[in-house]
Amino acid sequence: MKIEIKTEAFDPLVEQQRYQASLDIQGKYGATAVFIGTMRDFNEGDIVKSMTLDYYPGMTEKHLQQICNTAAERWSLLDSLVIHRVGVINIGDPIVLVAVWSVHRGDAFDACRFIMEDLKAKAPFWKKEELEDGERWVEKNTSGYSKI
Amino acid sequence: MSIKVKFFANLRDQYGLTEEVVDFNEGISISEIWDKVTNRQKMPESIMIAINMEYSSGDVQLKDNDEIAFFPPVSGG
Repeated sequence: MKIEIKTEAFDPLVEQQRYQASLDIQGKYGATAVFIGTMRDFNEGDIVKSMTLDYYPGMTEKHLQQICNTAAERWSLLDSLVIHRVGVINIGDPIVLVAVWSVHRGDAFDACRFIMEDLKAKAPFWKKEELEDGERWVEKNTSGYSKI
Repeated sequence: MSIKVKFFANLRDQYGLTEEVVDFNEGISISEIWDKVTNRQKMPESIMIAINMEYSSGDVQLKDNDEIAFFPPVSGG
């Protein structure tokens, strides 16, 4: 299990492959679920030029770890990886990677979704958007489950 | 006794505060800490509170060297 906060741009699929190669689970996993969150150029009807992500060093990592621990208790997982960007983020940059390895797809899909949704709800990160005519803090995240 | 008080995101901009060290007497409440640090500004209704990096309802007995953080609802991911 690995949690990482990155201050520089990263390639999520390279990170996923690199971490996977470091694990002693070759031949054991039958399912890898991957979620990548990416920086859009619009939000709430406005053009967004870039974004700055703030976080609470110490608490953020601690809560990401707790979320992954909870997922590992609820589902049968072989490993998980969460990487989250902070600092200035440009259009098209990856913001977050969640990767989960399991024997079967059900556990992998469900745990990946849970980690992502719990991260959105609890992990202490805050986004400030740079717009064409100023900047604003994103007030809160909406639930990803609301449209089901 | 003293505690560290941290502010994040829009609260830093709004109150011009990042990190403060507050001396206090035993029994002081979170809202009294808030009043002391912000000079009695109104506490936002949506505020979130963490004590020693764990979410808190704010109804706790503070100890020497505790770390309190005030921040808005989270928006990561």
